[in-house]
Amino acid sequence: MTLSSGDSKIIEPLLFEKSVPDRQGFTWPELDVPASAPLPSNLRRRQAPDWPELAELQVVRHFTRLSQLNYSLDTHFYPLGSCTMKYNPKANERAASWPEFAELHPLRPDHLSQGILEILFNLEKWLGDICGMDAVTLQPSAGAQGELTGILVARAYHESRGQNRHVVLIPDSAHGTNPASVAVAGLTAVTVKSTADGCLDIDDLKSKLSSDVAVLMMTVPNTLGLFEPKILEIARLVHDSGALFYMDGANLNALVGLVKPGDLGFDIIHVNVHKTFSTPHGGGGPGAGPVGVKKFLADFLPIPRISLKDGLYSLSEESPKTIGRVRSFQGNTGILIRAYCYLRLQGAQGLASISENAILAANYVRVTLAPLFPKMPVTPCMHEVVVSGDGAYGPGVKTLDVAKRLLDYGFYAPTIYFPLIVPEALMIEPTETETRETLDLFCETIRTILDESRRDPSLLKNAPTTTPVRRLDEVKAAREPNLRHTRGETSPR
Amino acid sequence: MFIPYTAKQRDEILKTVGVRSFEELIGDLPQDKLRPSYHLPPSITEMELLRHMDDLSKRAFLAQSFLGAGAYEHFIPTAVWSLALRGEFATAYTPYQPEASQGTLQSIYEFQTLICELFSMDVSNASLYDGASAAAEACLLAARHTGRTEILIPETVHPHTRQVISTYLAHSGAKIVLIPFQQPTLSGEILKKHLNSDTAALLLQTPNFFGCLEDPAPLSKIVHEAGALLISSTYPAALGLISPPGEYDADIAVAEGQSLGVPLSYGGPYLGLFACKKELMRKMPGRVVGQTVDLDGKRGFVLTLQAREQHIRREKAMSNICTNQALCALASTIHMALLGKKGLARLADINFQKAHYAADQLQKNGVPLTFTSPFFNEFAVRFPRSPDPLIDSLGRDRILAGFPLGKYYPSLKNDLLVCVTEIKTKQDIDDFVTRVTEWARP
Repeated sequence: MTLSSGDSKIIEPLLFEKSVPDRQGFTWPELDVPASAPLPSNLRRRQAPDWPELAELQVVRHFTRLSQLNYSLDTHFYPLGSCTMKYNPKANERAASWPEFAELHPLRPDHLSQGILEILFNLEKWLGDICGMDAVTLQPSAGAQGELTGILVARAYHESRGQNRHVVLIPDSAHGTNPASVAVAGLTAVTVKSTADGCLDIDDLKSKLSSDVAVLMMTVPNTLGLFEPKILEIARLVHDSGALFYMDGANLNALVGLVKPGDLGFDIIHVNVHKTFSTPHGGGGPGAGPVGVKKFLADFLPIPRISLKDGLYSLSEESPKTIGRVRSFQGNTGILIRAYCYLRLQGAQGLASISENAILAANYVRVTLAPLFPKMPVTPCMHEVVVSGDGAYGPGVKTLDVAKRLLDYGFYAPTIYFPLIVPEALMIEPTETETRETLDLFCETIRTILDESRRDPSLLKNAPTTTPVRRLDEVKAAREPNLRHTRGETSPR
Repeated sequence: MFIPYTAKQRDEILKTVGVRSFEELIGDLPQDKLRPSYHLPPSITEMELLRHMDDLSKRAFLAQSFLGAGAYEHFIPTAVWSLALRGEFATAYTPYQPEASQGTLQSIYEFQTLICELFSMDVSNASLYDGASAAAEACLLAARHTGRTEILIPETVHPHTRQVISTYLAHSGAKIVLIPFQQPTLSGEILKKHLNSDTAALLLQTPNFFGCLEDPAPLSKIVHEAGALLISSTYPAALGLISPPGEYDADIAVAEGQSLGVPLSYGGPYLGLFACKKELMRKMPGRVVGQTVDLDGKRGFVLTLQAREQHIRREKAMSNICTNQALCALASTIHMALLGKKGLARLADINFQKAHYAADQLQKNGVPLTFTSPFFNEFAVRFPRSPDPLIDSLGRDRILAGFPLGKYYPSLKNDLLVCVTEIKTKQDIDDFVTRVTEWARP
């Protein structure tokens, strides 16, 4: 891979640095209608945007080179815990790109949109089946918007019963989006402690449940990769107090085909189709965050709702109890089509093979790494294993250094320093689509790196050295924010 | 299919793990709830899947479309998605390890620069979900920044945007003050009647939902004199021609970014554009990429200003958003790079001319425009009766006639919103005018 730009301080010049005045990368056809009167001058743009001027091949090479600077699932093992970086089937991409789907205007009349509505209707039904929920909305654009939707539904439900419950309980191991979504919904997040083994502290939960509590939000399996053994008891406690039980479905990959969250007592769930249902992560979106609820909450779901009547699918905005609209139009349909394809390929009988093999792979990594980490959990995990690096490295070496050294060996790094309750955490999620050979190589590499950490820690402290750039100055980035290129700005010296 | 474990490997792994059967690994799950039955259809192969999807796709036809109303049919150069869908981009995740994610990070930095230039604003984030949620985040920011509670929103703002803002603001302490639709655009006089010391911001959409162009400069002055912010919601494809938010001193600029290289896809995924003045930078929602250097002084890019975000601040974060719409932002970056500054101006001009030609032809043939305000590529026409039968009739011939305004505006029950982009040829427009005028004739 040659990426030389002639300037050793630059890997790939910016688009703007390649621009030459009057060059064109795209030509619009000549105007075939007579010109009309011009726009009044007070409404006209005074200065054109300073966009680059490039030929098409320059643009193609630029972005091809940029793509080569990325580690990705298609090129590297990507054991990023909590993100479920499983293979994204190419057939799904193919179908979603067909013009008969990609060029559909969202405000087409319903009777001219039956195929796509059938896809969305069935996807709602299947996700409901997998989650054990009675009604599903596909609207939310991502997991965090799904959380907000779910919490707003819970709030609307309590308010419809004349109850002013303003507290949402969240375990200390939860993702940051949970409390942030609760705040946007105007409720107060209160933390519930975890026990030393990472499960919910039932006594702490009991002491915090009251008539003020609207919801207990739990990630299952939790962010330590463990299934909560007292889940049924927790559900009972929550319901007895009049609160609702919400499942953050970030880790649903461990449960599909094995158990339905609705059967565990959950009333609301959001799922991330870009995790469990194989849609690509896109470098950070777009995803989709469908929300499923039990029947008594269905009327509160956002609009529009899809229905089937007399063989005709239609969208409706008439829903008196709805929390409203959470985004424009119907949702991230292009992404949802991919999830639909995935579920068609898996079918009912293929569901359990997802979670079984994901669990198997994570446990294989757990036992293979066990001799290397003094604090390795000894009990089985679910789809991911959280390892504490405490005591496993040579002097002065941190988990961050291990993560960076993994990049040198051609592996993306696991999620690190999360959950917050595990010191020097490494959160490894292999998923069901990686071969045992890859897992063996990964574990062997970790062993090598830990040896290096004792023999020559500088190898880790200086890592990575084989990536396009070495460690970056994040403090400088935050203290002297440079968030856009300015013409004439010279490259760093 | 996607699972590489052979039966032999599974047995070996179980042995290595030290269990006799898989079930021992899931002993914590309630045993009476295990392995329920599912009602999904049976598994099919890739060949069967593509046949099935082909059948479904044929239940929708490709249409000659004059439908806009917030989502627009624009040409997308082939190179855009051929590059964006490369596995190295599409199957990477949020660039948590910047050394192994410079491709995504640099493209976002370029995106932010292009968007700042497009809007003529100081700073841009890495994108939000869509135009409507970007507008909602802007309203929350305005309330937070000014410490005031009222967001003025003309009824001419896209109904979906208003609905989404209403959902997001419901429990924020801030509220929407609707400026009822009396005229096609907002006048300074009407604005002044609604402004007071509680006003946090005016959200002005131009072109507005009726396609009419607002005159933002005088409104901006009035808003600022009242100590409130101006949030401008606009249409990127129009900005090669019409004044961008920075030229009339908007504090926050938002837009639905779909018109920059993202297909319609029945509603999404799109991307929300969000830019603001420098003084609001640390209150901005969403991911941001910044330039920095590595240990050797080499230029590189990282996610930055993360102290605003949910994974650090949890309930005190500026927003609950986690990701951006990175792949759509990448596609729009490639799209903008191909168009270049002259291409954007040409695109806007072609849209403007074609839509005005269509409007002129309709008027000449006895179909009046509802409003006389200047417009970009979308305008309303008025009929003596509801346009629903026209929509049905043209729909049967694979023509999408437009959006019936009566759906959201009862007083406009006989009005149709018509959009004409660069996709339409003169012949397409002439045929459409013929069909519409034939139907409209008494």
